[in-house]
Amino acid sequence: MTDTTMPAPRLSLTQRLKRPRALIVLSLLMVIPLIAYVMFGEPLARAGIREIVLIPAIPATLILYALAMASWRESWVAILGGTLVFFWVFVAVSVPFLPLLDPNKPIRPFAPPGTEVGDITFWLGTDLKGRDMLSRMLWGCQRVLVWGVTATAVAYVVGCIFGLIAGYISGIWDEIISFISNVLLSFPVMVLFILILNYLGPSGFNIVIAVTFASAPAIMRIVRGLALDNKTRDYVFAAQTRGEHPFRIMVVELLPNVRGPIIVDACLRLGYTTVAITTLTFLGLGLQPPDADWGLMIKEASNLMVWQFSYMLLIPALAVSSLILGFNLMADGLREMSLRD
Amino acid sequence: MNDVTPVLECRNLSISYYVRAGEIPAVVDFNLKLMPGEAHGIVGESGCGKSTVALAVMNYMGNNGGITNGEILFEGRDMRTMSAEELRQIRGSKISMVYQEPMASLNPAMRIGEQLAEVPLYHEEETSKEAAYDRAAQMLAKVRLPDPLRIMNSYPHQISGGQQQRVVIAMALLANPRLLLLDEPTTALDVTVEAGIVELIKDISSEFGTSMIYISHNLGLILETCDRLTVMYSGEAVENGSITDVFNNMRHPYTRGLFSSIPLPSADKNARPLLPIRGQLPLPHERPDGCYFGPRCDYFEAGRCDQGLIPMEDTGAGERHAVRCTRYSEIDWSKPLELPDAGDPVEAGDVVLNVQQLQKHYEIETGGLFLSGEKKTVKANEALDFRAREAETVAIVGESGCGKSTFAKVLMGLEAATDGKVTLDNVELGQLAVQKRDADTISRLQMVFQNPFDTLNPSHTVGNQIGRVIRKFGVETDREKVEQRVHELLDIVKLPRDFAKRRPRQLSGGQKQRVGIARAFAGDPKVVIADEPVSALDVSVQAAVTGLLMDIQRENRTTLLFISHDLSVVRYLSDRIVVMYLGRIMEKGTTDEIFTPPYHPYTEALLSAVPIADTSVKKRKVVLTGELPSPANPPSGCVFCTRCPYAMPGVCDVTAPPVREFAPRHNIACHLEPEQLTAMEPVITIEEEKAA
Amino acid sequence: MLKLIARRLLQMVIIMAVVSLILFLVFDSDKFKKQIATAELGGFSVAAMSDHDYQKWLKDKGLDVPVYERYAQWIGGLLQGDFGKSFEKDAPVSKVMGERLLNTGILAFWVFFLMIPLSLIFGIVAGMKEGSFQDRSVSFIAVFTTSIPEIATAILLTVIIALGLGWLPSKSAMTGGWNSLELVLPVLTLVLYDFGYVARMTRASMAEVMTSQYIRTAVLKGIPYARVIMRHALRNALIAPFTVIVLQLNWLLSGVVVVEVFFQYNGFGKMLLEAALFGDIYVVQAATLVAVFVAVLSQIISDVGYTFLNPRIRFS
Repeated sequence: MTDTTMPAPRLSLTQRLKRPRALIVLSLLMVIPLIAYVMFGEPLARAGIREIVLIPAIPATLILYALAMASWRESWVAILGGTLVFFWVFVAVSVPFLPLLDPNKPIRPFAPPGTEVGDITFWLGTDLKGRDMLSRMLWGCQRVLVWGVTATAVAYVVGCIFGLIAGYISGIWDEIISFISNVLLSFPVMVLFILILNYLGPSGFNIVIAVTFASAPAIMRIVRGLALDNKTRDYVFAAQTRGEHPFRIMVVELLPNVRGPIIVDACLRLGYTTVAITTLTFLGLGLQPPDADWGLMIKEASNLMVWQFSYMLLIPALAVSSLILGFNLMADGLREMSLRD
Repeated sequence: MNDVTPVLECRNLSISYYVRAGEIPAVVDFNLKLMPGEAHGIVGESGCGKSTVALAVMNYMGNNGGITNGEILFEGRDMRTMSAEELRQIRGSKISMVYQEPMASLNPAMRIGEQLAEVPLYHEEETSKEAAYDRAAQMLAKVRLPDPLRIMNSYPHQISGGQQQRVVIAMALLANPRLLLLDEPTTALDVTVEAGIVELIKDISSEFGTSMIYISHNLGLILETCDRLTVMYSGEAVENGSITDVFNNMRHPYTRGLFSSIPLPSADKNARPLLPIRGQLPLPHERPDGCYFGPRCDYFEAGRCDQGLIPMEDTGAGERHAVRCTRYSEIDWSKPLELPDAGDPVEAGDVVLNVQQLQKHYEIETGGLFLSGEKKTVKANEALDFRAREAETVAIVGESGCGKSTFAKVLMGLEAATDGKVTLDNVELGQLAVQKRDADTISRLQMVFQNPFDTLNPSHTVGNQIGRVIRKFGVETDREKVEQRVHELLDIVKLPRDFAKRRPRQLSGGQKQRVGIARAFAGDPKVVIADEPVSALDVSVQAAVTGLLMDIQRENRTTLLFISHDLSVVRYLSDRIVVMYLGRIMEKGTTDEIFTPPYHPYTEALLSAVPIADTSVKKRKVVLTGELPSPANPPSGCVFCTRCPYAMPGVCDVTAPPVREFAPRHNIACHLEPEQLTAMEPVITIEEEKAA
Repeated sequence: MLKLIARRLLQMVIIMAVVSLILFLVFDSDKFKKQIATAELGGFSVAAMSDHDYQKWLKDKGLDVPVYERYAQWIGGLLQGDFGKSFEKDAPVSKVMGERLLNTGILAFWVFFLMIPLSLIFGIVAGMKEGSFQDRSVSFIAVFTTSIPEIATAILLTVIIALGLGWLPSKSAMTGGWNSLELVLPVLTLVLYDFGYVARMTRASMAEVMTSQYIRTAVLKGIPYARVIMRHALRNALIAPFTVIVLQLNWLLSGVVVVEVFFQYNGFGKMLLEAALFGDIYVVQAATLVAVFVAVLSQIISDVGYTFLNPRIRFS
């Protein structure tokens, strides 16, 4: 057979960017500035670099979007979903640089969409305190996205760790972990949210904790199932017979192979978390005023049941629906593509 | 010649599947004429389109398949012009089918009786329900199922695989069809169970006069069941003729390649080495111009073999013997193939691995309400006792549930032995878990796994996975040296070096198995356990992988423990054989001792069950009745007594059999008198070659 | 079978015991006791209250007793059907909760009554032929409706049907006595959201069954297509949706909170939220236990039902 070592073909820039490591770096570049901007706004503002931190996120988002569109060409469902999601992510990272009115400044209450006051046009009208709806809607996605992503990520880390342990090591650990998750899973999700947030008090960080308690058991079950399935495969057997440490088997051998179903599930779960955050804010248990956020906008307008002012309810409702539709379509498209090859 | 209408005729049949990438031709220009009462075999490797032909005859090609050319005539009528209702009436009554996986083919939520009775109920007018059920019960008795009424009341999962297949066959025969399609009907079954089903199929054709199409990858099964056969390669029929013509006077290079790559129990590795077909099966959309087999053919001639469509041509000799080869008349078929150098037999060295009275029992709970469930003991391994020397190949043979996998686990340190000893170069392994073994011990004992699709981690590159073993066992630590060693290993298993950068999904099954072998040999092991390493591969690939394994073993003087159910392969490559049944050793000895009397009755049945693709071999028929008992509930006395044709009630089912030595290290565990065992007739006899 | 049920019931009792104990410990914190006092007496008076007065107030309310004693008492009461007393409403919890549960029960009944046939029929029709027009349209509608969260569905329906067209009342507080019209929008909201999910599950299950080998066997046996679907496919395809539908009970208990709050429907979910915000611990405890009970019970029904419907498990 051939003895010559073939030189590795030079990869094009797009191909190099599509490698997992590059994708992870780009995603972090997109998400971390946003998280920093929202969670640590105060100290960053004091240092005078609040807006600057967002700058690297903008090109990262655009590159990721281009890459996603290029590799999802086969599935229009994924394209549509991805476009919706990336639209909101792009809005979130670029909103401070957009020519918008201050979302928290009352100007003129109850102005219907299209009202012109002097040289200002309220394209989507103003809310009952006179704040610009367009501006509030666009700013609102920042908080929802940041807390949603953070909460889901934390839930995933916890769920994966326990899932791998329960699935791979089994035995008594599996019993304990499964019992705890059964207890948590027997709470209806909203009841669990209400209890936890009521106990800890409403805030973004506590939402992260509540979401972790509510989602991690379900994630744990999925990962556990995948681990149980994969651990009977010969490659795990091979790793065991060369005396690898269980920790290495879990992380190096098993984790990369449960990736596929987990990414699909993560998209769906981002959707659920977004719903949860919006709903909790609506119920008065989530993020706190005055900063704009879709749930809060609904809550503030929910007593105003008049056809004329229904835009105040419709705008945040449609905004949150489009984001969740994006996550769900993306999950569907990814699943479809994963089944194909 | 005769003016009887053929039961089935395919004329220039082409079938394609339409997928996103475009049209994929699955079957190209297929011709077949099946006369009443005839049994026709279709043989070929995976992906050659043989199952597609069967489903096309049923006119069942799913949403994305379709006939692109040609016609299928059933009793002279073109099936493509039939309405849906006409098709429905023919299916199941005039043409019926038996499938590869009996478990999946039966509805899990319906009782067997109802599934059977449907056939007469919907195909014959004015059949009462009672009459239909009666007919079903009678048919179950005809396929030799014990207690038909109990089976009628069972759900499919409550009976064994062999019984399920008998039910499917009964279902197919209920309407007394003109044509029976059998799609790999025994592939999912154990050898001795397979033998029973094959016996049944042979009787069907003589009893019912049904015409049959028998699809299989196994030439030996075709020989036992069919009158004529078609050899398919990559969607095309390449040779077509009567069994004797094709088996003895083959005229296509692929057919010849197929025959020379399967091991026959009449020869071993030193007498007749296997000759694998080089290269790989082309993917359907990458087929070459002209002859699809061209790139792998030794007689390939540029300018002739790679032009246009090669037609099927009658050879003129034999009965309707046709072949798709432009050069068939130029090739000197009497000239023997150039066989690879077999090498001299290797002298075995000192004892490396010593297994003494090894015992492995599992406790399983039978599910009480609380934790206090009754405990039950599964005796997975009982009193295993054998030795393996340096550079020796020891085969462990047995059917499912015989405990060979458990034995491998104990040896590899994933399970602790319940009792007994296993020593590897004086290190006691029986109770030593793999985590407690030192790197040196671990690296001396490695394994090649069965399933090529599972053996490699899909997330890591080939180079990484082999490199990990090299680093783990401290063979090399320097990065460049590791890489160099990986390349050397890839050279040894005859894979291109740039495969190191590939991921497993870019490799074919045979290539993955080669990587698996490279990985096992990366740490210079003394003993390698190979658990059915080739059973999931196509025959032509099997030969190459088997040959490779033997070459490396010979080179390194490694001890090979070869676990297999296939006696042909075992005969071919092993020096010693251990025959196991339900966790116990029935017989052990050198390969010659196992293959000649005295036999253990189980060995005798196993030998008789192996399908052999050689017309000069005659077998004595020993068909076992009954089913394989569950290892959780083995029979008392001799575990084989429930199926043994020689069983002596009151003796065999009461006390465990004595182990008798017939020659040094040739032992048989049986109650029969030594004289009786010695007096057994040989199972396999080879007729003297008739003048060609 | 009986063993399975017994084992699951035992498990349920253990889970309920653990849950109630956790709840008790959580609500025993000073923070919650203060919260109750604040809600009852007003923030100023609590702040002004001396430690002695506060202890006296605790004693009046029976909150000074050590937690394990109160837990034991509470369990004792529970066994006699006494769930304790609502601080906010000054009435027995069982009475307060009974009414609310009934209201939610009516809501849930109509949701299931509409959702089950709708989603099963759509799901089966879609799954019968994968990739067909009906499959694509059902799948698309289902993704769409499940993507709109209940809160947004509620808004859209209210704005269009109640505010725009004026056909139905926009609130469901039933202030003027029972009014079935007020029930329509909450039911519709929940059905719209949940229908898609169950339909997709049914579709997936049906599609999987239709590609199975035993369906191929049935077709190639030459029995009529209608029988293939009705006798061979449905029996197997409905096992998974059955469990999903039963598990929707758990989801419904979450869904009702939002919907009841939005439409001001006096149901169990709204009560739970109000009680939690007030710190009405006995009500929250009782409500949570009821919710957990329903959830675990639905899990048991779904497990047992799955086993019962699936001969492969039932007879092994």
